Amino acid sequence: MGQRTPLYDLHLALGAKLVDFNGWDMPLHYGSQVDEHHQVRNDCGVFDVSHMTIIDVEGTGAEAFLRYLLANDVARLDTPGKALYSTLLNDHGGVLDDLVVYRLAHGYRLVVNAATRARDLAWLEARSEGFEVRWRERDDLAMLAIQGPKARARSVELVSSSRASLIDGLQPFQGFADGDWFIARTGYTGEDGVEIILPAGEAAGFFNELVGAGIAPIGLGARDTLRLEAGLNLYGQDLDEHVSPLSASLEWSIAWTPAERDFVGRAALEAQRQAGDLPKRVGLVLEERGVLRAHQVVRINGIGEGEITSGSFSPTLGKSIALARVPAATGERAEVEIRGKWYPVRVVRPAFVRHGKPLI
Amino acid sequence: MSEIRADLRYAASHEWARLEADGTVTVGISDHAQEALGDVVFIELPAVGKQLSAGQEAGVVESVKAASDIYAPLGGEVVAVNETLGDSPEAVNGDPYGSWFFKLKPSDPAELEKLLDAGAYQAALDAEG
Repeated sequence: MGQRTPLYDLHLALGAKLVDFNGWDMPLHYGSQVDEHHQVRNDCGVFDVSHMTIIDVEGTGAEAFLRYLLANDVARLDTPGKALYSTLLNDHGGVLDDLVVYRLAHGYRLVVNAATRARDLAWLEARSEGFEVRWRERDDLAMLAIQGPKARARSVELVSSSRASLIDGLQPFQGFADGDWFIARTGYTGEDGVEIILPAGEAAGFFNELVGAGIAPIGLGARDTLRLEAGLNLYGQDLDEHVSPLSASLEWSIAWTPAERDFVGRAALEAQRQAGDLPKRVGLVLEERGVLRAHQVVRINGIGEGEITSGSFSPTLGKSIALARVPAATGERAEVEIRGKWYPVRVVRPAFVRHGKPLI
Repeated sequence: MSEIRADLRYAASHEWARLEADGTVTVGISDHAQEALGDVVFIELPAVGKQLSAGQEAGVVESVKAASDIYAPLGGEVVAVNETLGDSPEAVNGDPYGSWFFKLKPSDPAELEKLLDAGAYQAALDAEG
């Protein structure tokens, strides 16, 4: 038996097909993964993402510590309420994890991946010497993601008036506390929406209210196809400790300036950037029938080979898409080997769908 | 709870087989199989005329989740394939026993008797958990 979120019994009651997800028993879907995908693209749905690890960082040295620990710069969060995405790197510039950091009224809140929880906590410990900082894992909290074009409009109807006006006023990548809830306009689907972090004991009741109001429960299966269409990396598939953020379309999340800010992995990244020989991340589109999958080989005529890191069927586009790591010189065409046969694929910028609209 | 039809025979690898009046055998995948696979998005069928032996890979079902091989429940020559699955593979989810994959002309009709009947297939599913 795996770990269970506070919503486990509710998932069962809603007919979820449960799967093991990094040691957690999580809903894969509640009937049809494809229907749930469309539900989020066209309307809205709610995900239980309580398996994710929430870490609150405090202390007079919290800012200095996170500026040293993260490739993005928390000094950019100049007021409480702002959030940013960052990678957590090792000394070789490999990605140990990717995360969102929110600036709270006092300190910071990190939301990191479930699979990397233990290693992240050990890393914080190992790198915190000399900083006046402490942190606390918030396993007393649950987390729900309400995502889709109607997510904010629908959820304001179901919360207190102060939380409703908070949701109404949120800019993208902003998050604020209201009582013991924390509400942010973030997500992992390429759609608008909010993520709500709330006491574990309140999660099932609120989830039930959302579902009762017609906001469909969505499993992790649709979460994967939604994030793939949005071109968002999945840690453990598209990113790992051997991958540089420079090979994962994440250069935007590295704060190179100010130049005097030293952060873990900076020297390695600068050397990589200087050398300029890293592979790059691209999107692939299969025009024929078939499904691209992780680890299939990508062949680029006259240039070399790469590998698919995530692939699936895109419900929005009705064809298969993938993220792949390929030689930097790769142009517009490539081939992928599926069960011993080579299929032509189109090479595109790695974002396929945003806000319900195809980008390719 | 998945549906198991009493008039069909089953392979442990979750294909169903039905003996037709003309002596051919129609093959598809069970309700349990479609449920386990999730939304089916692509099906690769064998070529008509291909000679298959019992247990040989006959095609592939791709769901959103994963690719799964399908196997010939008994040996024979492929005499027809269900082309409509090319455009509507999701039909397998809605109607697994109506959405046949291919028809075989069995090389040894007695092989059909070696397949599981409904009761034995149910027992096999129960054992899988």
